[in-house]
Amino acid sequence: MNASLASVVPTTRDEDWRYADPDWLAAADPAALNRWRELAVPAGETLCETGIVEAGVDRLRVHVGRDARFALFLVNPAGPYARAEVEVTLEEGAHFEFGGVTLGGGRKRQEFVTRVFHAHPHASSNQVVRAVQWGQATGNFLGRIEVARDAQKTDAAQNFRAILLEKGAAANAKPELEIFADDVKCAHGAAIGALDRAAAFYMAARGLPPEIARKLLIRAFVADAFAAIEDAGLRERMLEQALAGLEGDVV
Amino acid sequence: MLQITNLHAEVEGKPILNGLSLTVNAGEVHAIMGPNGAGKSTLAYVLGGRPGYEVTEGSVTFDGQDLLALEPHERAAAGLFLGFQYPVEIPGVSNVQFLREALNAQRKARGEEPLSGGEFLKLAREKAGLLRLDMDMLKRSVNVGFSGGEKKRAEMVQMGILDPVFAVLDETDSGLDIDALRVVGEGINAIMRSPRKAVLLITHYQRLLDYVKPDFVHVLAKGRIVKSGGPDLALELEREGYEAVA
Repeated sequence: MNASLASVVPTTRDEDWRYADPDWLAAADPAALNRWRELAVPAGETLCETGIVEAGVDRLRVHVGRDARFALFLVNPAGPYARAEVEVTLEEGAHFEFGGVTLGGGRKRQEFVTRVFHAHPHASSNQVVRAVQWGQATGNFLGRIEVARDAQKTDAAQNFRAILLEKGAAANAKPELEIFADDVKCAHGAAIGALDRAAAFYMAARGLPPEIARKLLIRAFVADAFAAIEDAGLRERMLEQALAGLEGDVV
Repeated sequence: MLQITNLHAEVEGKPILNGLSLTVNAGEVHAIMGPNGAGKSTLAYVLGGRPGYEVTEGSVTFDGQDLLALEPHERAAAGLFLGFQYPVEIPGVSNVQFLREALNAQRKARGEEPLSGGEFLKLAREKAGLLRLDMDMLKRSVNVGFSGGEKKRAEMVQMGILDPVFAVLDETDSGLDIDALRVVGEGINAIMRSPRKAVLLITHYQRLLDYVKPDFVHVLAKGRIVKSGGPDLALELEREGYEAVA
């Protein structure tokens, strides 16, 4: 963020904020909005962070050193507006892994915004975001990947899928790829749909009440975002934390 | 056990079942045969309670209760099993997890204690063995990456684990080679041939009936049963075709 802009509050006319909550932005304190947490992963090292996103705007800027690895896994159950923003710069051979889940109902507006700079060759990034929304809630993923001219052999992927449990819920995907190198792999995919009705009936026919069937299906769906967590116990805890947002909240 | 009276049902406003009546008693195996479009699968889905299959007239009584008043999962807990012609894939949910949750949900609905993980695995291993399905298959996601034959055997493993009193098997024989057909047929006999249980076999062909001998055979055409008989009727149909017989 440019220093001269630090005192300016963005509006939904700004591309990066187009799905944000305008009411929330109008009332926001610019100082709080523009506070970035800075992080550096030294060359060759590995850092894994997990967390629960809280209401408001959380901004993280990470520099991942040569052959280092940064993994970030977030559950975003918050509202009325909860935005987690991550800006990652990758040195040669570095890797960034991101798994994010937005899950919420009511009028919650939840989003992940990532910008990954592949500044040097042989770096890789993989981002998996899953959104589960109901009521009139919205789940967004704005993912930008920039590949510099000499960042050959970049391997970048991002995947977004959303399940809308009720009419009125929404999801937005805004993938942006800006590629200046020619020998790279960049993949992105996005899909928005409803819970699989055929699977729901199949499960009911085996005796599963709808609420348990739905929980199993949602669990399987969001699990993709945490599949890259190596520690099975941690993976399970993240899943439980994500699914906790479902309890007593879904109609 | 099951009494279907004058059942009319439609799908998306189109009438499919037109006054179907059928009584199945405990200890009996009934086969329903018929040409494509006769309403065989619709009958199975109506009995299972699939959304979109609307009953417009008639009644279905199962063990004295109004089956049509029950939700699909309540029908399962009451002892009804629907074997799917096209078993559904559920990525990310393992067979073991799915079936243990399903069995324990059924047990809970009946006021029984849940099975522990160990007890469940023992049961699953036994039933997988019966259908000669590798136990490793049950650790994988439900039906994902299964061949047609494996899906049908997995259906029967599910049936073995859930131990229903009444099974509606919708073209369980389709997609099976001759060896798998015998394994599945023997599985159905082992699981369901009992004086307190009954089976409704829906099939196009006689061949499954070589292994699972029906007590009664019915011909379904244009949404109602047009002819009923003993096992010989299936042979007659096989020989002469539906049009000649029905």
